[in-house]
Amino acid sequence: MEKRETVQALAQQLARLREGMPPAAVMEVCGTHTQSVARSGLRQLLPSNLRLISSPGCPVCVTGGGTIARAIALARRPNTCVCTFGDMMRVPVRLAAAGGAVEDSLLRERGLGRDVRLVLSPMEVLDAARAEPEKDFVWFGVGFETTAPHTAALVRRARADGTANLAVLCAHKTMPAALEALLGGQKGSHVSALLCPGHVAAITGPQAFRFVPERLGMPAAVAGFEPEEILSALTAIAAMLRSGRPALRNMYPSAVRPEGNPAAQQLLRQVFEPCPAVWRGMGRIDGSGLRLRREYEEYDAERRFGPADAVTAAPEDEAGCRCGEILRGAAQPRDCPLFGTGCRPDSPRGPCMVSSEGACAAEYRYGAR
Amino acid sequence: MCLAIPGKLVSIQNGVGKVDYGGVMKTAELMLLPDARVGDTVMVHAGFAIAVLDKQAGDELLRLTAEVDSYGKA
Amino acid sequence: MKNEIDLSHGSGGEAYRELVREVFLPAYGSPELCQLGDSAVCAAAGGEPIAFTTDGFVVWPLFFPGGDVGSLAVSGTVNDLAVSGAVPRYLSVAMIAEAGLATETLRKIAASVAAAAGQAGVRVVTGDTKVVERGRADGVYITTSGVGTFDGGWQRPPQRVSPGDALLVSGPIASHGLAVMAAREALGFDPPIQSDARPLASLIRAVLQTGLPVHAMRDPTRGGLGATLCEWAEESSVDLVVRQEALPIREDVRAACGLLGLDPMFCANEGVCVFAVPQDRAQEALSLLRAHPDGRLAAIVGSASAAARGPGHVSVDTGYGTLRRLTLPAGELLPRIC
Repeated sequence: MEKRETVQALAQQLARLREGMPPAAVMEVCGTHTQSVARSGLRQLLPSNLRLISSPGCPVCVTGGGTIARAIALARRPNTCVCTFGDMMRVPVRLAAAGGAVEDSLLRERGLGRDVRLVLSPMEVLDAARAEPEKDFVWFGVGFETTAPHTAALVRRARADGTANLAVLCAHKTMPAALEALLGGQKGSHVSALLCPGHVAAITGPQAFRFVPERLGMPAAVAGFEPEEILSALTAIAAMLRSGRPALRNMYPSAVRPEGNPAAQQLLRQVFEPCPAVWRGMGRIDGSGLRLRREYEEYDAERRFGPADAVTAAPEDEAGCRCGEILRGAAQPRDCPLFGTGCRPDSPRGPCMVSSEGACAAEYRYGAR
Repeated sequence: MCLAIPGKLVSIQNGVGKVDYGGVMKTAELMLLPDARVGDTVMVHAGFAIAVLDKQAGDELLRLTAEVDSYGKA
Repeated sequence: MKNEIDLSHGSGGEAYRELVREVFLPAYGSPELCQLGDSAVCAAAGGEPIAFTTDGFVVWPLFFPGGDVGSLAVSGTVNDLAVSGAVPRYLSVAMIAEAGLATETLRKIAASVAAAAGQAGVRVVTGDTKVVERGRADGVYITTSGVGTFDGGWQRPPQRVSPGDALLVSGPIASHGLAVMAAREALGFDPPIQSDARPLASLIRAVLQTGLPVHAMRDPTRGGLGATLCEWAEESSVDLVVRQEALPIREDVRAACGLLGLDPMFCANEGVCVFAVPQDRAQEALSLLRAHPDGRLAAIVGSASAAARGPGHVSVDTGYGTLRRLTLPAGELLPRIC
């Protein structure tokens, strides 16, 4: 079937399954899902009683100001190069300064002449470190389970080669703990089902999301990223909502195997262990971060270079931010006191505005015009 | 953080593959897919191939989901 | 307006426009400058207007697949003159070179300028050179200014899109932006992506000299086709709809955009022109473009309608029966993994 016809057929199927059902909200937790939904205008194809909540499961957007301040501190260190994905360059942090808070970012630091380099893959950092052995290289490791194996591979390769002028500022996060924090208990009552991130599942295997139907009692569907794949997953969710039998369905079999990616899982186990992590707009969530195991500590930038006392995030960096509630569907962007005033796309505070397609960024750009 | 695109693996050398994305080729790390073979279509994320694509399985599920009357089905 | 200038102010996006509006226009904005056209149309002695434009070129690397800072500096300014309906005539070339730059490099760039000027039918009539300490320029920065005359024998486009107009592009989009980014970041694409940079005066002449009424035309450089359309929608108070599937884009550029997570609508072009023409002349305009070597892949990509009220909006028809609203990005586009 041609792509457009497939999309139309699935939209019709979804509408049929939603007929006569009470309103429901499905949460998606992957920045790439958010982008894909926005790019295809998918919301216009959904029946009116099915709402899609874009929760910024964009690891970049939920990286806390404190972490970015540490990256900036390292960039300011003499003879040091900080390597990062493009996404991370623009994320802002308000830094404490003598005359009042200063708005900063890695992009701004690059503009001011620090050695901040954009890479597409962490392995490029290894090449750079080998090419300039007198310089210290820091890899700003951001991303969920889809991306953390890459950092693990980098660390193991560096050890195998004896490349010592390289360290990782580890800001990787994991999905399950954060999802429980978002959806668990009373707080998650606005959400009826979960669209699971397809490429995280490609690594972990779909069973990592088993807790959603089993512990939270909600349907969950692992989804791909094309509009027809997202609609297909929503259709599966609609069927489960209709039958009242929540379960986990893998709707992305082309890339997600039942066992996930064993080689990637092994790398993760070898190099990382769970730790608490701070999520912008949501605070600290236990077990939601990854840090390097003790045996790899010489590659840990925080241990190698010590605390960054000189560069700290201003305490009011996120005060008043209601992203946590907005992510859960418990509040709308305009309910937040910072919306449009202290928090705008050009000077965002929380992840809902940092992400170009986050709920608040979208409302600001497209809403009420 | 899941941006990955499919490409065809056209050659493998020392655990690094050359991937054809249609009109342009670029290398990708294959250490996460030790069993990948030349001719496979792989999903590449941030310079690493993370999964071998089974397009047939995907297409079949799409067809089933769009066509089957799912009333009452779990 | 922020307290300090940052990289986004030079990217052709929202920050850049704010800078112009809030710093430059209030300071030295003349009636001509406030038109904010690609070229200024200025009255000259004797009553015949002239077109006058300027552009700075800070591209890195200096040499990239499909061109270099020299050829780019010529074609960029020539195109700004041509899209205002002028015949490009004279260029100035001012260079700021970094101490330590190889003379051979400067010779190559100069030869490139000469070749591009010859191709475009313009003469370099004046220039300037400064040298700064190492580290204060990227090899060499070039600023070109250009003068054109309105004696081509055709109507000057009013630069106002009308409701009902058809939108055309003369060729595939996003090639230059991707080519330069790939070269700068050594992305290792094989084969390397080629820039589309070229002078478009001859292509534009082929359309204008037939008398076909062009309502607006522009060469969408920094900020891409998307930025130009957003500006047109606002300036002309029209709603624009672009069909995703109609947009011409080279296969390798499309793949590279996919890999980097970039929206081709906002990637730079240096060899593409966008036109707004009356709907009933669209096919004719298309044929004229396609008959020219620089317009073989031209396409009709969208249409304009009256805006409900106030500034207009740009939407993309996704091909799935939905419309996606297009808005200017904050600053330059960066590759993403998310």
